[in-house]
Amino acid sequence: MKFRDVEHLFRLAAIFLAAVLVFAIARAELVPKDFGKYGHYRPAAIDDVRARPIRHAGQKACAECHVDVIETRMSARHKALPCETCHGPLARHATGDDDTKVAIPEITPLCIRCHAARTGKPKQFPRVDVKEHAGDQKCMDCHKPHNPGIEQ
Amino acid sequence: MSTSRREFLMVGTKLLVMTAATRSALAHVLAGTPEQVDTYTAAEHWWAMVIDIEKCIGGGNCVKACKDENDVLNEPMYFRTWVERYHVNSADAEHPVVDSPNGAYDGFPEAYAEGEGKTFFVPKMCNHCVDSPCTQVCPVGATFVTVDGVVLVDKEYCIGCRYCVQACPYGCRYIDPRTHTADKCTLCYHRITKGLLPACVEVCPTGARQLADLKNPRDPVHEFLRTHPIQVLKPQMATGAKIFYNGLDGAVR
Repeated sequence: MKFRDVEHLFRLAAIFLAAVLVFAIARAELVPKDFGKYGHYRPAAIDDVRARPIRHAGQKACAECHVDVIETRMSARHKALPCETCHGPLARHATGDDDTKVAIPEITPLCIRCHAARTGKPKQFPRVDVKEHAGDQKCMDCHKPHNPGIEQ
Repeated sequence: MSTSRREFLMVGTKLLVMTAATRSALAHVLAGTPEQVDTYTAAEHWWAMVIDIEKCIGGGNCVKACKDENDVLNEPMYFRTWVERYHVNSADAEHPVVDSPNGAYDGFPEAYAEGEGKTFFVPKMCNHCVDSPCTQVCPVGATFVTVDGVVLVDKEYCIGCRYCVQACPYGCRYIDPRTHTADKCTLCYHRITKGLLPACVEVCPTGARQLADLKNPRDPVHEFLRTHPIQVLKPQMATGAKIFYNGLDGAVR
C-alpha cells in the first residue's frame, strides 16, 4: 500500500531542521567563545569582579605618608591597630583621586565598641565597665586614641 | 598640504605595525609613567581564611568594612559577613543563646555578667567551599569556583532563581534587591588579586582574621593549621569549607 500524503512529513522535517539551525546559530552568536575555558562559566565574569574599585587603602599606604602617627603608636598598646579600623575606608584619600580629609571619628562609641565589659569579650582583652570607669567623662578626657596609656 | 611627510610616515607606520598592546605601551613611554602590568596568576594561589575565635572581640569592624568596600545594602540589612555571639550556659550546653544585632554592624550591647557561662564571638562569611553546593545547583553557570579557589557570581548570567541561596548550608548568599541577582562574599577578589588583604582582614584590630594562601609554602598558615585545634563549620556536609576556625566551640552550628 502506498503511503499517502507523505509531503506532510517532509514539511514537518523541514520546520524541525530550520528550528535546529536557528538554535545552533543563536547559540554560536550568544555564548562567548571562551565559555567553559576553566569550567562551566564565563571567564570574563572574573574580570568583572576584579574591576570593582578599591575603597580601603591598606596599612602600607597609610604608613607611607603618616610616619609621625606610626611613630607615636610605635610604643603604644594600639600599635598593631590598622588605621582604617577607626578612620574608615580611605583609598581615594591615599591615591589622591579626591581631596577627602581623614575623618576624625566620634571617639567614645569607638572605644566602647572594642572595650565595653559584659559583652562577652575574651578574658585577656582589656575591658571596662564604662559607667563605673569613667562616669560621665569622655574617653578623650584622659586617653589619646593613638597612644591610649595615661602619661604620669 | 597640511600633513608633512614626517607626520604622514609616523601615522602610516603606526597604522601598519601597532597592535592594541603596543599602542598602550607607547602611551606609557610617551607619558613617562611605568606601565601597570597585571602579574597575578590565578593558578599559583589557593585562597582560604583562618579565623581565631580566641582573638575575636566582636567589635564588628569587619562587618562595617565589608559593607563599605563591597557596597552591601544597609536598608534593608544584607551581609556578606556578620558576627554571631554565642552564650553557652554550663547547665544547658545543648542550647546556646545566639544573637547578632544588625549582624554586629555596631558591635554588641552589654548582656552577660562577667564570668557567667561561656561567651564568645563567631564571625561568619562564605566558606569558599571546594565542593560548594551553591555552584553545583546553578542552572545557568552563573556561579563558579575560580582556579584560585574563590566562589564568585557572574552578575550578567545570574537569573535570580534563588536556587543557590537555599543550597548554601551556611546562609551566606542573598538576592541583591537592586539587581535581582545573587550576591555573596568574593573574599574581596578585587583586592587579593592586587596584593591587598580583604577589607575584613585589613581592619580587624586583633588579627582574628587572617587571609591564607594554601599554595604558598611560605605562608604561616601551614604551621598554624598544624599546631592549633582547627575546625570548619558543618564538616558533615562535606563541602570542603576553607574558612578554618581555631578554638571553635562544639555548640556552634
